[in-house]
Amino acid sequence: MAGIVVNQQKITDIDGAIGLCPFNAIEYKDHQVQTNAACKMCMICVKKGPDGAFTYIEEAKKEINKDLWKGIAVYVDHLDGDINPVTHELIGKARELAGKINHPVYAVFIGSNIQEKAEELLHYGVDEIFVYDEPGLKEFKIEPYTVAFEDFINRVSPSTVLVGATTLGRSLAPRVAARFKTGLTADCTILDMKENTDLVQIRPAFGGNIMAQIITPNHRPQFATVRYKIFNAPEKSEVVKGKITSCSLPNEKLESKINILQINQKEAEESISDAEVIVVAGRGIKKEKDLDLVYKLADALGGQVACTRPLIEAGWGDPRKQIGLSGRTVRPKLIITCGVSGSVQFKAGMSNSEVIIAIDEDPKAAIFDVAHYGIVGDIYQVIPTLLEEIKSV
Amino acid sequence: MEIVVCIKQVPGTTEVKVDDRGNLIRDGIDSKMNPYDLYAVESALKIKEDKGWKVSVITMGPPQSEAVIREAFMMGVDDGYLLTDRKFAGADVLATSYTLSQGVKKTGNPQLIICGKQTTDGDTAQVGPEMAEYLGIPHVANVKKIHEVKENSIIVDLDMATTLETVEIQYPCLITVEKGIFQPRLPSYKKKKETIKKQIFTYSLKDLTDTDEVNYGASGSPTQVERIFPPDVNNDKEVWTGAGDDLGKRLFKKLVELKFM
Ligand SMILES: Cc1cc2nc3c(=O)[nH]c(=O)nc-3n(C[C@H](O)[C@H](O)[C@H](O)COP(=O)(O)OP(=O)(O)OC[C@H]3O[C@@H](n4cnc5c(N)ncnc54)[C@H](O)[C@@H]3O)c2cc1C
Ligand SMILES: Nc1ncnc2c1ncn2[C@@H]1O[C@H](COP(=O)(O)O)[C@@H](O)[C@H]1O
Repeated sequence: MAGIVVNQQKITDIDGAIGLCPFNAIEYKDHQVQTNAACKMCMICVKKGPDGAFTYIEEAKKEINKDLWKGIAVYVDHLDGDINPVTHELIGKARELAGKINHPVYAVFIGSNIQEKAEELLHYGVDEIFVYDEPGLKEFKIEPYTVAFEDFINRVSPSTVLVGATTLGRSLAPRVAARFKTGLTADCTILDMKENTDLVQIRPAFGGNIMAQIITPNHRPQFATVRYKIFNAPEKSEVVKGKITSCSLPNEKLESKINILQINQKEAEESISDAEVIVVAGRGIKKEKDLDLVYKLADALGGQVACTRPLIEAGWGDPRKQIGLSGRTVRPKLIITCGVSGSVQFKAGMSNSEVIIAIDEDPKAAIFDVAHYGIVGDIYQVIPTLLEEIKSV
Repeated sequence: MEIVVCIKQVPGTTEVKVDDRGNLIRDGIDSKMNPYDLYAVESALKIKEDKGWKVSVITMGPPQSEAVIREAFMMGVDDGYLLTDRKFAGADVLATSYTLSQGVKKTGNPQLIICGKQTTDGDTAQVGPEMAEYLGIPHVANVKKIHEVKENSIIVDLDMATTLETVEIQYPCLITVEKGIFQPRLPSYKKKKETIKKQIFTYSLKDLTDTDEVNYGASGSPTQVERIFPPDVNNDKEVWTGAGDDLGKRLFKKLVELKFM
């Protein structure tokens, strides 16, 4: 069994050893220091504990032949043929990763009446697009979409599969990953490729101020989801090198236990992901009423207001206005944070913004680690003065 | 007719404490039910009240996770299942989903499985769909309303990114529910007294159908944490200090200079 093994001889300070673990997974029982079911294999004890006290024992795994898996595949996220721009961002990233290991870039496009749209994608540097165009795939239903995705993987054996972390992608990717009993890392913020074709997946983890680098060393394909606006979209090119391959599936494989009764378009709403200027309220804002300051500043700048998670949880804003790992990703031209400490989860959603101005009274606040202009001061003084100045012109 | 709700114990505070060197420090004892799972429990209890279905909860975690099952009892849940074993430790999404899917089979023959939208610590929203795959049943995510609970199917509204869909899904199936689908009830003191000694069905690896330990915990997890590190620091920045008024004026000038004004 893979896991942490404790070498009792190397432990001199029992309480110190227990205290190593942020998850309370180290305990002293039957005169031994042990790890329990709460262990998350985060390796903090291995790294921070006395030399040799905690070691990670790996399962003797069947080595797989990674050469049999080739290509970086991107799932084309769309609604009725309208391609979600996260797809272009992922194609750009896939190109970059594929370049390092000399793999092709694939796209898998599942839907109905989508042939033309597929051609459009060839302008973004895909080598081959596999199109599953069937009337039975018009609406997203989990079973037929999984069948088509599965067919694609069996046919192509891609090494890596990237899926946009959209509402649809977050439902489909885990389903397909589980079908292949392989790994899936959600909401990656950085991706890289090793020479041995292992995908390096980096994301904030363990609910703390820490990033984890995750790999899928013994399984293929390796699945990762990425949010919209994390990566740059490539420029559209006039040259087209790739090709389109049509794939078909027999109707009886497209059956579903889900019956769609009605689809209503939601009212289009302005999304913070598309805003050019954003002013963010954090817990430095003491009362709901004080959000007024933030709204005024946003208005003066022609921007939108967003919030950190605690404010959303307190019901002070619409969940769609939350920036961060469990909210939206933004990369506006200007972002001003007001009383935001800069947790790793928050930064994951905004650190690529062009100009970051942070106002916080705590000079040690982590938000200053990503800010271009760090303003150490009280928002209740800085913002009103700023508003005054703006008014006076 | 039976419902199983998947619930998880998570750290109680969203405030994660970090020491001077940027390392995580202990959570403390403060743990609670994943807030999103309260909506899942409430949804099940509503169906119980309307249709008389039986509601069980299941959780995988350390022995202390029993507390969230007790909390569910206090809300009115009928049975509780705890899957706990050192061999389950270090499970990633795949191993977690597999263990839960094995556990669900111990609860009987549920028509409906309800998960929360996501956990506040793992935050992947993937456990539900992966479980459904292991159980070989259909699933829908982002359920924001339950319209009708029928004999053989359930009609629900899904909150997709740009559309609102009404779908009918046949049993057995799995749904993950949005925050706000119902207002979760508070635990009741009366139920607490009634259930204080109530048995929790506790299972370890040897009790499951598949007892091969390579499928569980760290061994059954295709993903591996290779290293952890503190987030990047941008050293190319200006830091301003001084009186609030001056900072405000200076910021105004800067915004003009950067042409945002
Ligand atoms: C899995 C997971 C996912 C998460 N996802 C997200 C997410 O998507 N988005 C998100 O935001 N959070 C997320 N969080 C929560 C995150 O860890 C933090 O708790 C949260 O971002 C903190 O919000 P905050 O900065 O507003 O509050 P705090 O951390 O409390 O910071 C408040 C700041 O205001 C400053 N301040 C107070 N008064 C003043 C004043 N008068 N003037 C100036 N400054 C002042 C303080 O110095 C402090 O720095 C997540 C957590 C987990 C575990
Ligand atoms: N260890 C667990 N035990 C029981 N249910 C879980 C567990 N982990 C996740 N879940 C369920 O899966 C949902 C999504 O979790 P996650 O994928 O971690 O965001 C949660 O809201 C729970 O309903």
